[in-house]
Amino acid sequence: MITILRKELADYFTSIRCFILFSLALLASAGGLLAAYQGIRGAGSESGFVFLNLFTTSAEKLPPLAIFIIPFFVPIIGIALGFDAINSERSSGTLNRILSQPVYRDSVINGKFLAGIVTLAILMATTILIVSGYGLRMIGVPPTSEEIIRLFLYFVFIIIYGGFWMGLAILFSVLFRSVAISLLSPLALWIFFGNPVFNPYISFIVPAVGKSVEAILLLTRFSPYFLFSEATMVLLFPQWRGTELLVVPETTLSYMLLNPLSLGQSILIVWPQLTALIALTLICFAVSYVVFMRQEIRPT
Amino acid sequence: MSQKKIVVETKDLTKSYDGVTVVDHLNLRIAENEVFGLLGPNGAGKTTTMLMLLGLTEPTSGTARVFGFDSTREPLKVKRLAGYLPEKVGFYDNLTARENLKFIAQLNNISDAESERLIEQTLEAVGMAETADVTVGKFSRGMKQRLGIADVLVKKPKIAILDEPTAGLDPEGIIQTLDLIASLPKTGTTVVLSSHRLYEVQRVCHRIGILSKGKMVIEGSLDELGRKALAKGRYRIEVETTKTSPRLIKVLKEISGVRKVETKGNLLQISADSDLRAEIAKVVVQSDIPLIQMKIQEFSVDDIYMKYFHEG
Repeated sequence: MITILRKELADYFTSIRCFILFSLALLASAGGLLAAYQGIRGAGSESGFVFLNLFTTSAEKLPPLAIFIIPFFVPIIGIALGFDAINSERSSGTLNRILSQPVYRDSVINGKFLAGIVTLAILMATTILIVSGYGLRMIGVPPTSEEIIRLFLYFVFIIIYGGFWMGLAILFSVLFRSVAISLLSPLALWIFFGNPVFNPYISFIVPAVGKSVEAILLLTRFSPYFLFSEATMVLLFPQWRGTELLVVPETTLSYMLLNPLSLGQSILIVWPQLTALIALTLICFAVSYVVFMRQEIRPT
Repeated sequence: MSQKKIVVETKDLTKSYDGVTVVDHLNLRIAENEVFGLLGPNGAGKTTTMLMLLGLTEPTSGTARVFGFDSTREPLKVKRLAGYLPEKVGFYDNLTARENLKFIAQLNNISDAESERLIEQTLEAVGMAETADVTVGKFSRGMKQRLGIADVLVKKPKIAILDEPTAGLDPEGIIQTLDLIASLPKTGTTVVLSSHRLYEVQRVCHRIGILSKGKMVIEGSLDELGRKALAKGRYRIEVETTKTSPRLIKVLKEISGVRKVETKGNLLQISADSDLRAEIAKVVVQSDIPLIQMKIQEFSVDDIYMKYFHEG
């Protein structure tokens, strides 16, 4: 598996695909910085988490990095890294050459997935560090240790969220022989279920099905995008006291205290989101394994 | 045969896809250090048989054993010993020939120092030493095929399973490859190969098996097969003389072991139970008829193949 991981990583880093993704990451950080630059003066610093505001403030017409840009890009990166993992090797005939060597079939998937995760982690770490670095210069307030831990946890969530989309893309690459189909299918899912732009439609449909707040929450929590958004809110806005707030009507909000929660409490709140995201990723994997184990590997 | 170790053994190996039986109760036995040729028309089940031997395809029923390991249950142990050249061999186009082989060596847990030596050696053997550091994307089909053979050999397999090893090669490449295959048993590698080109099979294979619709039609060494197929178990000897006489035919028929004598002009075709060339020559010379030439009929795989498929 280590051999496959190493080879895949070497492939990624020399590929044009990776160059494009890095350019995307750079653009994203530039966009985030611009938003922070314009908006941070007006941002409420009463919570005492000035540094986190770099990631969460929006300016006029410019969306904040953590709330909009990253949730938007991470699935794309995940899909881009995984959509042709298996089927391109199958059609080029390299898959049956590898599988006729003494390697387990799952180590092929695992190696590819891990290589994707490492690439994703490097990409996102770059983005966060660029924003942190330039942001530090811009605002001149160093992050507290709690802010660093919150950012790191947020980073972990990004990786798992990206991992989910990559796992989904790999699943489609196992299921479909055509690379075009395995690219379009996860993209289609992403557009409707994992995209902040289309989210209003989801929030329109879901309340129509579920009547109570609990029912709505239950339904929306199947969406990895929603789980990720909740986790983001709790981690980067310490004053968010519960994940339900995203669907609770505005009027109830006004009764709530806006004191920031301690780090431990925030972690406690996002724990279920973390578990759910990991579970969703594992489901993709389990299905990929089962299908791949039974598949003919002959190129068609 | 009997004292040799059997390294490949299948028992009623069967594979069906959607109700169509591709391999039908195949019983195959291949001895150690033997070159075995699988022949048959397209769709006869040659590739499927090979995939099942390697454990890459699960048989519908029956078992395949390679070096005593069950291909379905212990595929990894089989794959450690076996090298496989697929019909359509694929390489990573962005890597060089050497890097592609290196990757395979790493997957087989061959140490770096060892693999460097092996790669050098095998690239030399397939005549690709000069193009070792060219990326495979620039290779022609024939070069990829050669690299495919290097790819099999680099892990020093105990058994090499080659699916049409000479497809796409130029005539020189074919001869080199065949020589290479023929030399493998000396280094302790058993070979199973499939091919459409019959003369190739004839050239390198010790034994052949002809598959048709998933069934083994006939199996054995080339001589055995030829006699079985064309002369009903007999030797056929052709004698050409300047003229024939009924007396000569009569004398020939009296040699013990001669079954039948047919004449075609000055050509006598004699069916016999054994190689009676010496006796026949003697009789012909004694009868004062000048002997022009005499030969024992050699069977080409083409004859056998055509015979089976025209009848089949």
